[in-house]
Amino acid sequence: MREEMDNQEVLLTAEHLHKEFDGTVILKDMNLSVKRGEVIVIIGPSGCGKSTFLRCLNGLETIQGGKITLDGETVESGGKGIAGLRERIGMVFQSYELFPHKTVLQNITLAPTKVRKIPRGEAEKEALELLERVGLEEKKNSYPRQLSGGQKQRVAIVRALAMHPDVLLFDEVTAALDPEMVREVLDVMLSLAQQGRTMLIVTHEMSFARAVADRVIFLDDGEIVEEGKPLEFFDHPKTERAQRFLNTFTYAKVEK
Amino acid sequence: MVEFGLLQNFGFDVLFKGSNMLRLLQGLWVALRISLISVALSIGLGLIVGAVMTLKNPVIKAVTRVYLEIVRILPQMVMLFLVFFGTTRIFGWNLSAELSAVIVFTFWGTAEMADLVRGSLISIPRHQYESGAALGMTLPQIYRYIVIPQTVRRLIPLSINLITRMIKTTSLVMMIGVVEVLKVGQQIIEANRKASPNAAFGVFATVFALYFIACWPISLLAKQLEKRWKDA
Ligand SMILES: Nc1ncnc2c1ncn2[C@@H]1O[C@H](COP(=O)(O)OP(=O)(O)O)[C@@H](O)[C@H]1O
Ligand SMILES: [Mg+2]
Repeated sequence: MREEMDNQEVLLTAEHLHKEFDGTVILKDMNLSVKRGEVIVIIGPSGCGKSTFLRCLNGLETIQGGKITLDGETVESGGKGIAGLRERIGMVFQSYELFPHKTVLQNITLAPTKVRKIPRGEAEKEALELLERVGLEEKKNSYPRQLSGGQKQRVAIVRALAMHPDVLLFDEVTAALDPEMVREVLDVMLSLAQQGRTMLIVTHEMSFARAVADRVIFLDDGEIVEEGKPLEFFDHPKTERAQRFLNTFTYAKVEK
Repeated sequence: MVEFGLLQNFGFDVLFKGSNMLRLLQGLWVALRISLISVALSIGLGLIVGAVMTLKNPVIKAVTRVYLEIVRILPQMVMLFLVFFGTTRIFGWNLSAELSAVIVFTFWGTAEMADLVRGSLISIPRHQYESGAALGMTLPQIYRYIVIPQTVRRLIPLSINLITRMIKTTSLVMMIGVVEVLKVGQQIIEANRKASPNAAFGVFATVFALYFIACWPISLLAKQLEKRWKDA
């Protein structure tokens, strides 16, 4: 599969991306190009700029330098076509942000009916199909507060999918979940990868990263320090910083 | 007649003399008219001022802050006296007592309403806007389908509380000579001091009941809406 990927068209790019918050440099000279169908996992220590990077990619943050393109079109926060581009870039956040005043079904069909302007009946039919695939069709008339964290995140994923995005961004979508609910969400993401979806995933779930990624990117202090195929990266990290980071996930046996 | 005796003992008999009950109802209508006009104006203006208050402009912030403080500190009665007796002298215009009351209650209600609107608007988390934006919605769509529906749900119980407070406070307008329900009540008691010495109880109890009848349905509606939206 990875060899095939080389001939795939480039879908999303970041070139010399530079991002500051109030004069503090958060991301410096980030370069990344994502091919159609590619699954990229971004890892790195807390505060290194992972969320900010994803948010720049769909124009939720303004950037102070560089360029982001989707299919050749420039993504610019506050730009004229930004809503149209965001339609094509789905995003799921860490804190499941469903719309609390709407049912599960309404959460999913809101944007398709108002933004893509497809008829309600059609939108509902598709929403139900998608819900069924994540095992939540019986929750269609529930309100978000009646769902568990894992169920909310699955609905949030379905809500993003209903817009038929070209690429999906996931920002630590399991970080706020109880351990027993992490799996049900990761399974949904694994099946999306199997379907050939283009995805950028920020996660701390290392064994999941190893399983799902075509490419792993290690971000530290606002720059890409190392990138590689998952097995190479996890088993033989080249840089010292990546080695140190990966070591924080392993524990030495207590000697007694 | 036992029934009539009971009415007399508690001073309810005066209500059935002449057109007294009708006069009380007319007085209630005066009070309600002042409140309803003030409430309507306050809601309209409060929505605008409250939305403006969420802007991050420091001048707007300072001005609205001072406005709110003035309204909170000054007793409504002082405001009524100031507008009705004070300004008519100084500016030489001829404000009717009822118009003065509407001005004062709108000035007060707008500030309170604006603060409720501001509070409800800023209580919508930033993530709600971003979730909408990430789905490709434009800012007007985000407001229309996500922010405003949630704001209104938070706002309605709070503003109904304000409305009932405004209706109750209109009883102050008799201090500037508006003949509203409480004033009519006093007149009836005065006029019947000899014949029914207990009229005070009957009349004020009736006024109490009238206020209750005016405000209770509004409270009920608020509870109903709160219950309906608890799930949402
Ligand atoms: N809105 C903001 N204003 C100022 N600084 C911010 C803002 N958002 C994030 N930052 C800073 O940017 C850095 C990167 O944050 P973030 O992208 O959230 O990191 P990560 O997701 O990797 O944990 C952090 O130092 C954080 O404090
Ligand atoms: Mg983050």
